[in-house]
Amino acid sequence: MVLLIQYTIIFASVLMLVALGGCFSEHSGIINLGLEGIMVIGALGGALIMNLLPAGTNGFVMVVVTALAAVGFGILYSCLLGVAAIQFKADQTLIGTAMNMLATAAATVFVSAFNAAKNPDNTSSTLQYISQKNAFIVRIGGFEFNWFMLLAVILLGISWFILYKTRFGLRLMACGENPQAADSVGINVKRMRWSGVLISGALGGLGGIVYILAGVSEWKFEVGVAGFGFLALAVMIFGQWKPTKIALAALLFGFFRALSNVYTGFPFLANLGIPSTIYNMMPYIISLVILAFTSKNSKAPKAEGIPYDKGMR
Amino acid sequence: MKQSLFKKPAVQTLLSSLICIVAGLLVGFIILTIINPSGSGQAITTIILNFITRSSGPAKLKAFGNTLAKTAPLLMCALSVCFCYKVGLFNIGAAGQYEAGACAALFMAISVGAPWYVCLLAAAAAGAVLGAISGFLKAYRNVNEVISGIMLNWITLYLTNMVLSNPAIKDPASPYTKPLSSANAKGMLPTMGLDALFANNRYVTVAVPLAVIIAILIWMILEKTRFGYELRATGFNKEASRYAGMKEKRNIIVTLAMGGALAAVGAAFLFLSGYQQWSTTQTSVPGMGFNGIAATFLGGLSPIGTIFSSFFIQSITDGGALINRSLYPAEISDLISAVIIYLCGFVLFFKTVMNGWIAKNEEKKALKAKGGNA
Repeated sequence: MVLLIQYTIIFASVLMLVALGGCFSEHSGIINLGLEGIMVIGALGGALIMNLLPAGTNGFVMVVVTALAAVGFGILYSCLLGVAAIQFKADQTLIGTAMNMLATAAATVFVSAFNAAKNPDNTSSTLQYISQKNAFIVRIGGFEFNWFMLLAVILLGISWFILYKTRFGLRLMACGENPQAADSVGINVKRMRWSGVLISGALGGLGGIVYILAGVSEWKFEVGVAGFGFLALAVMIFGQWKPTKIALAALLFGFFRALSNVYTGFPFLANLGIPSTIYNMMPYIISLVILAFTSKNSKAPKAEGIPYDKGMR
Repeated sequence: MKQSLFKKPAVQTLLSSLICIVAGLLVGFIILTIINPSGSGQAITTIILNFITRSSGPAKLKAFGNTLAKTAPLLMCALSVCFCYKVGLFNIGAAGQYEAGACAALFMAISVGAPWYVCLLAAAAAGAVLGAISGFLKAYRNVNEVISGIMLNWITLYLTNMVLSNPAIKDPASPYTKPLSSANAKGMLPTMGLDALFANNRYVTVAVPLAVIIAILIWMILEKTRFGYELRATGFNKEASRYAGMKEKRNIIVTLAMGGALAAVGAAFLFLSGYQQWSTTQTSVPGMGFNGIAATFLGGLSPIGTIFSSFFIQSITDGGALINRSLYPAEISDLISAVIIYLCGFVLFFKTVMNGWIAKNEEKKALKAKGGNA
């Protein structure tokens, strides 16, 4: 039971962070299908820093520096989307797909080269952070928490506040609904869209490092992040592009993911004989069904995916 | 005369693709050089030349055959994406339809013991159903085909793993499905003597010529038939085509169903050749569908162009496996392909620049001519 709650919370915080990132990008009018790739690169940044920091580093410093590295790598990587989709009006679906392919390949190549530079016999794509990991863990009673979960909750509040209560957030959303109208009242659409994309890079990168710290102490970069970026997209849609609903959707989807990992521990569930694949499928099936019933009056930003062209009206 | 050549869209598309390829290879070369400068020149040459770097004639032919055997499924996935894109639909679900094809083909081949042509048809049907689901959701429920495609990719992955884990299909000692040659030799694609051409490479099957024929058929359907014209019109302007009396909802569903069938047959082409077995423990969507997207855009969104781009992408992927593994990781090829597909996003920009140059040149010439006359 403890394990189930623990995993649910871990997965939910990952999904929420990444989905919030997607939410910012889409509200600015840019579809970010590259979230999966951004997560991989963020995870790479964080894991590298953990690997490079000396063993005796202060726990607080370790947490902050690792988070900053993941955020920084995520932001840098999201520039690929910004340049192509905002500056050059490229097809956003194509660019997102390319970013996902590139991230896994680049991370694998980079980590293999990094490992080989330290030890010529080691060409694996695995990074270890066994002792470093302890800095992130907080134990309260029988529960094992992670500092990033607290951070995720704080970021949820901040995201909600920024989107609905600040001038910046309202302007950002205007650029995703009707960029021409936004432009006509003096909002710089390009700058707003860049902000949306870079914020999604930051949150996606952070989500990546939280994911690879969940329960394991080494990561094989060949496997990417096993579809969590895509699951986060589903969370975002299920949450109808609203931070509070995204948080609830993340909890639900996180719960199903957790179930697939630990269901054998429950005699009641194990007796049902449902294979773990069913639990893995559930989040996707639910979102598809929900989409089928709600998309007629979709809450998606109206102008998402369409490159902004000043001349169009 | 020279100017008019560069004005042709086909020439511009070819040039844009070449720019993407050269830039992608350059990025790959730079990364190889950073990792280890001494062998980078040789490594990039190996990636480009692939099987030509093999030592003897028969070895070359055999490696060439392997590349062709894997080009056929890739080409089918690319055709699936390409066909749908022409109708204005981004079939990111090709990856899932590919999984469905593998599932149906291997189920029919190993569990039922059906002959290969039945397996192919079963794969096509499974892919078509999956594509039609996306199409129905798009046409009647306003669900974006990219989103439903992504969801279906994952649902199908888990479903396929579950179906193929059946003890009648899975090898008891490994996570892979039983090898087809021993489980059901009738289920294997016939080689039609093609194996003899490639130093007895059993994996070169009827799939290779079939894929090329299907590419030409798809081109003919899109460009030369009324049906294809209707589909393209639907993609260009849904409202206008409805106004012109075309059934745009039906067209969307038919397109995605056909796209699904294409990608699924691609999977059958690979798994029924016996080249590879399905791993029932895989946790990520196979890259073939996504590579199909790469091949589509590199091929200039033309079914004929994708024949060449699919071969190129498969060839550099295989070439990557031949480089010195103690110096460089093989994934460098994936990286190059990914950079190429990223750059394909800039094709529109390349073309704008090219047209800008042409316009400038013509203006200059016109001015000169004017000056000469005065």
